[in-house]
Amino acid sequence: MDFPEELRYTREHEWALVEGNTVTVGITDYAQDSLGDIVYLELPEEGTEVESHEPFGVIESVKAVSDLYAPVTGRVIEVNKDLVDQPEIINEDPYGEGWMIKIEMDDPSELDELLTAEEYRRFIEEEKV
Amino acid sequence: MSLRKTPLYKMHRELGAKMIPFAGWEMPLQYTGIIDEHMAVRKDAGLFDVSHMGRIEVSGDRASEILNLLTTNDVKRLYPGRVQYTLLCNERGGVVDDLTLYMLDERRFLLCVNAVNTERVLRWMEEKGKGLSIADRSETLAQIAIQGPRSEGILRKICKEDLSSLPYYHFKEVEMDGHQVLLSRTGYTGEDGFEIYIPSRGVEDMWRRLLDAGLGEGLKPCGLGSRDTLRIEAGYCLYGHELDDSTTPLEACLDRFVCLEKDFIGREALLRQREEGVKRKLIGFRMLERAIPRQGYPIMVEGRKAGKVTSGLLSPVLGFPIGMGYILSEYAVTGREIDIVVRGKKRRAAIVERPFLRR
Repeated sequence: MDFPEELRYTREHEWALVEGNTVTVGITDYAQDSLGDIVYLELPEEGTEVESHEPFGVIESVKAVSDLYAPVTGRVIEVNKDLVDQPEIINEDPYGEGWMIKIEMDDPSELDELLTAEEYRRFIEEEKV
Repeated sequence: MSLRKTPLYKMHRELGAKMIPFAGWEMPLQYTGIIDEHMAVRKDAGLFDVSHMGRIEVSGDRASEILNLLTTNDVKRLYPGRVQYTLLCNERGGVVDDLTLYMLDERRFLLCVNAVNTERVLRWMEEKGKGLSIADRSETLAQIAIQGPRSEGILRKICKEDLSSLPYYHFKEVEMDGHQVLLSRTGYTGEDGFEIYIPSRGVEDMWRRLLDAGLGEGLKPCGLGSRDTLRIEAGYCLYGHELDDSTTPLEACLDRFVCLEKDFIGREALLRQREEGVKRKLIGFRMLERAIPRQGYPIMVEGRKAGKVTSGLLSPVLGFPIGMGYILSEYAVTGREIDIVVRGKKRRAAIVERPFLRR
């Protein structure tokens, strides 16, 4: 399973790509694999304020419903609308075409709470046991 | 508590299945993916391990008579080689289990019951079925299902018997590649297909032979995930979702499997309910908005709480979400629009006929 080094991770299995003040968010390879076939996605509108550790959307696989959690606080500036009609993209390319939203973050110090690739890998190993 | 494993456990691991706990068993959820397996069954064929289900043999000189007092359907209509879908009810008419009943000969029957209910059905039969000799065959017999339009063609490669003459809900004891098996034209997917009861020690070999025979025919191993999505599309009830102790077969619209002209446990309650009319009824519905119904979501009609969803999914074949649920009988009319409350929001749906798919 792949966890790119350049990304940061949440304990709820989202990844965050930080570029300046913009944070792109999606779910990890581990998350998409655990969920199985993804069939439905509910994402916020552009302009919505999201808060770190709070749900910003909903993802449903054939079997389960899960909340999506924002890694940082800020305003949603872009939404990947293609995913609404083709949520299976998240299974196929979780770190690329499967990105979900871009957030303009309020407070960069929140990034310190996120996990590195190595920490996230260890975290899911522990979670499995 | 440790999970039980079927005799095919090693095989599932070998095939790379994702395993999950189900009713005390460690079972395959999926191999390649639920939707992929679902579509294989609708188009070609799928192979399922259903050994977690309970297999109970009952026998005795008065077996037919006693079973008729325990089950809702009419056992007198069975003959050797015939299978019947039937239910066990409690005194209140609530469903203890739904099962298939096989008449092996005049004094021997095989019951195939839900995994989650095997223990309580055994206890129920021992308590209420005085005079029956009861044997739990769940360990010694394994059970696999091959389902889908190409099932018969695949079986023909390893079985010399004429299967085209075996009608739906009938079975035969046949030889398949050196194994003596009970082959039954039954299933839980809404497709043509078979279930194979085979001594446990032979099941791994049989599974391999079936997969081999299915090469080039599109046959795929399928897990419990697709088993559930297929049965929902077919509109079948599942114990724990549409059926439970406090739900009657009449509420579940299973009237044709209930013979009120004979005596059985629960009959009086059901007669009374038929007289008074059922207060709630099982319906099928399709969503008119983009939202997936799930078990437990409220159903509203005209702003009033009118029922609850029991099962739902985005139908892989139809492409829109469908579901089943109980609703106050006055609203259970095909075509009526209802609301499903999904995460606090009302979403439009319409009552439709079941099955959602027709073969």
